[in-house]
Amino acid sequence: MSHGHDDVAVRAAALESLLVEKGLVSTDAIDAVVDLYENDVGPQNGARVVARAWVDDAYRERLRANGAAAIAELGYGGFEGDTMVIVENTPGVHNVIVCTLCSCYPWPVLGLPPSWYKSSAYRARVVAEPRAVLSEFGLTLDPGVEVRVWDSTAEVRYLVVPMRPEGTESLSEDELAELVTRDSMVGTGVALPAGERGA
Amino acid sequence: MSGTLHAVTVAEGPAALPRLNGELVFQAPWESRAFGVAIALHEAGAIDYEVFRSRLIAEIAAHSHGEAQDGDDYYERWLDALQQVLVERSIVSVTEIGERSAEIAHAWEHDHGHEHHHHHSHGEEGR
Repeated sequence: MSHGHDDVAVRAAALESLLVEKGLVSTDAIDAVVDLYENDVGPQNGARVVARAWVDDAYRERLRANGAAAIAELGYGGFEGDTMVIVENTPGVHNVIVCTLCSCYPWPVLGLPPSWYKSSAYRARVVAEPRAVLSEFGLTLDPGVEVRVWDSTAEVRYLVVPMRPEGTESLSEDELAELVTRDSMVGTGVALPAGERGA
Repeated sequence: MSGTLHAVTVAEGPAALPRLNGELVFQAPWESRAFGVAIALHEAGAIDYEVFRSRLIAEIAAHSHGEAQDGDDYYERWLDALQQVLVERSIVSVTEIGERSAEIAHAWEHDHGHEHHHHHSHGEEGR
């Protein structure tokens, strides 16, 4: 680890120590936040939302009408997810999410963002040349498919509902959830084919 | 550009490091503490997350000139923004942070030296 990283680690520890000492926050409260985002909140939550939307049209309707409320039905919610807008992929439209200013991300359904989502390259380029960026993720779209890029804001977070893969009619909701990857809900990928469940 | 998957030995079960689709949520323990402190302060009502976010956006913008950010410095910008909000609100002073940092750096240096000594003393008993 470089000296520079050590300095940052020291400063983070200094801030935490001062704030705990002043009684503004407790070590337990900080531990609880870290534990939640490291262990409990992640793309598996969003995958359950998407799988439910695939099998239950009434749920999909509720998701369209009020994303946060429908997501809360499955027990997910809270910080950074007050206003959730669902964007659905169709044979003619592919959606991608980004946050050009910082790295706003739908935490309750996807957890914390991966490094590439926070990179300046992704934040700038996915808006300017989305098809090129998607192809770097291994996703080549038919020229006839319209790409819509959604820039997250302080008020609104987006979640992409990928298309249900073909040949999955016989799969259960739980099995379907295993096909829904993080990237497919950001829009830099698509759901896994039926044969790659749990891959 | 597709999710950087570092070559790490992946542990399974309770000892497994937290991963999201193969990627660590935090790349160093201090990142998780910086994240946790800001969110816990917001939850306790000590800082306004929207104010914090505006500082975070400014910090990211200020560091986005020249070389492209690869996203790995995100929590350093996060920490800068948090410190700024806390100083602006007179919750902590720059002097306090400097002093506490020096104390912690000194303590860690001492710890590391200690471990180092222990490590090398193995097999040298009776010296």
